[in-house]
Amino acid sequence: MTSTFTDSSSAAASHSGFERSSLRFNPSLARNRWSFLFTSVAATFAAICVLPLVLVLVYVLIKGGSLISLRLLSELPPAPGLDGGGIGNAIIGTFVVSSIAALIAIPVGVGGGIYLAEYSAGGWFSQFVRFGTDVLSGVPSIICGVFIYGLIVSTRFFFDQSYSAMAGGIALSVLMLPTVIKTTDEALKLVPNELRWGAFGVGASKFVTIVRITLPSAFSPIATGAVLAIARAAGETAPLIFTALFSPFWPEGLFNPIASMSVLIYNFAIMPYEAQISLAWAASFVLVVMILAANLFARWLSRLTST
Amino acid sequence: MAKFGLDFLTTSNWDPVSERYGAFTAIYGTLVSSLLALIIAVPLGVGTAVFITENLIPASVRNVLGMMVELLAAIPSVVLGLWAIFVMEPFIRPLLAVLHATLGWLPFFSTTAQGPGMAPAILILVVMILPIITAIARDSLNQVPPELRQAAYGIGATRWGAILQVILPAAISGITGGVMLALGRAMGETMAVTMIIGNSTNFSWSLLAPGNTISAMLASQFGEADGIQVSALMYAAFVLMLLTLVVNMMAQWVVRRLSLQYS
Repeated sequence: MTSTFTDSSSAAASHSGFERSSLRFNPSLARNRWSFLFTSVAATFAAICVLPLVLVLVYVLIKGGSLISLRLLSELPPAPGLDGGGIGNAIIGTFVVSSIAALIAIPVGVGGGIYLAEYSAGGWFSQFVRFGTDVLSGVPSIICGVFIYGLIVSTRFFFDQSYSAMAGGIALSVLMLPTVIKTTDEALKLVPNELRWGAFGVGASKFVTIVRITLPSAFSPIATGAVLAIARAAGETAPLIFTALFSPFWPEGLFNPIASMSVLIYNFAIMPYEAQISLAWAASFVLVVMILAANLFARWLSRLTST
Repeated sequence: MAKFGLDFLTTSNWDPVSERYGAFTAIYGTLVSSLLALIIAVPLGVGTAVFITENLIPASVRNVLGMMVELLAAIPSVVLGLWAIFVMEPFIRPLLAVLHATLGWLPFFSTTAQGPGMAPAILILVVMILPIITAIARDSLNQVPPELRQAAYGIGATRWGAILQVILPAAISGITGGVMLALGRAMGETMAVTMIIGNSTNFSWSLLAPGNTISAMLASQFGEADGIQVSALMYAAFVLMLLTLVVNMMAQWVVRRLSLQYS
């Protein structure tokens, strides 16, 4: 506002201590410029964060998806230098090893979680278990592999067999355990105490309360945690390289080396043969689709509780 | 293990033929790759977390972004490694060559980029730890009491004034805990790094030359090692475990201090 021209309202405004134009958004102000700058920086960062996911998915879907055929899913990998073949044994192997891991980790983990949430009175032992779980979840997966190698593979624990599907499954179960314990523990803590009191009130024992009332009401978060843990285990490679090893043949029982998709990708990606590399892309496609499906399934499971 | 003594940690001579082992190359590689990855990933992750917690964009877009970052965490590291070998590394090689041409007088860029090496490994580590940092930073930003934000707006702070001077400082201990967890993850990360770092046992200051990390060394050598080499690798595994243990315990300590503050 200029001093030579004043109307009544601006006069009133200047009397009360501010100019009316200052109420309008002025993009050239320093603070608005800074705001704009920071917002665009944050937006750029977010875009950079999402970019790898999009790029990886696009490449895996295009390079791997174009190779998928019934033959690829059902045949053995070719000898080095030859064309054709498939990843059938690796798909079966991944299922076998993950199932072994799930069969070990889910009962033990859910049991541990029940103990922590329902039985322990918060003494030093449960503190110790919680601390141990947290530490275990931070242990690098390769260390798990080295540990199982030392414990089972090098001692020939199972029927004098060194590398075996069983050892691989046990190594993966060590990785899954912390996730399962933690989600069970937290899911049970969220169950309202009124439910337990009600069960006690009609004369149920502690065990019956847990099995019939508490566990069913905490089912979907526990299942979500278990599915996520299995999905993570299926993609793990490091613990399998020197426990389950690899095998170019069909699985020969639980106590022999077994192929898995993740180790197949690792082994074939560093080979100089075109056929192997394209098999690695195809295996990535199958693995990524399986894991993303498991994640979406877990999301759907967890939405079941919130509604 | 005791046989190698402390020399194991400081010498860089890894020679299975004459049975002399020093893990300095791998320990240096582990520390440098994870710290540099952290330096790149922290601003990106925290920036993204701010972007998807503050109301800069509609809630539906924010949810999709958050979900995508979580899905990125679910992609197996071996698939990321495959992608890094065949897509990312050829793509960034010209950029690294420019870096070498302009900054070649620094010891860190003193060799030409010729494929696998430390720099692509650092970048793939960034991709792997971004989701962790973003998720934890987002959770701690969401836990900041709404009163703080309202008070900041009430006394006339701009949006970014409130974020930078009130909300981020209030969430800083949770974010620090997440950063420590990410550091532990980066140090232990194996597959993607093994596939792209080049697995060289020769020490080099240059980030563009092939290097090694403890976990990559374990993955690539443990299978065919025997005798004293197994012991040396076990020693290296022990060092790695100790490093990650310390980092994770510090992370938990930091996180516990946060939950005391705002519960």
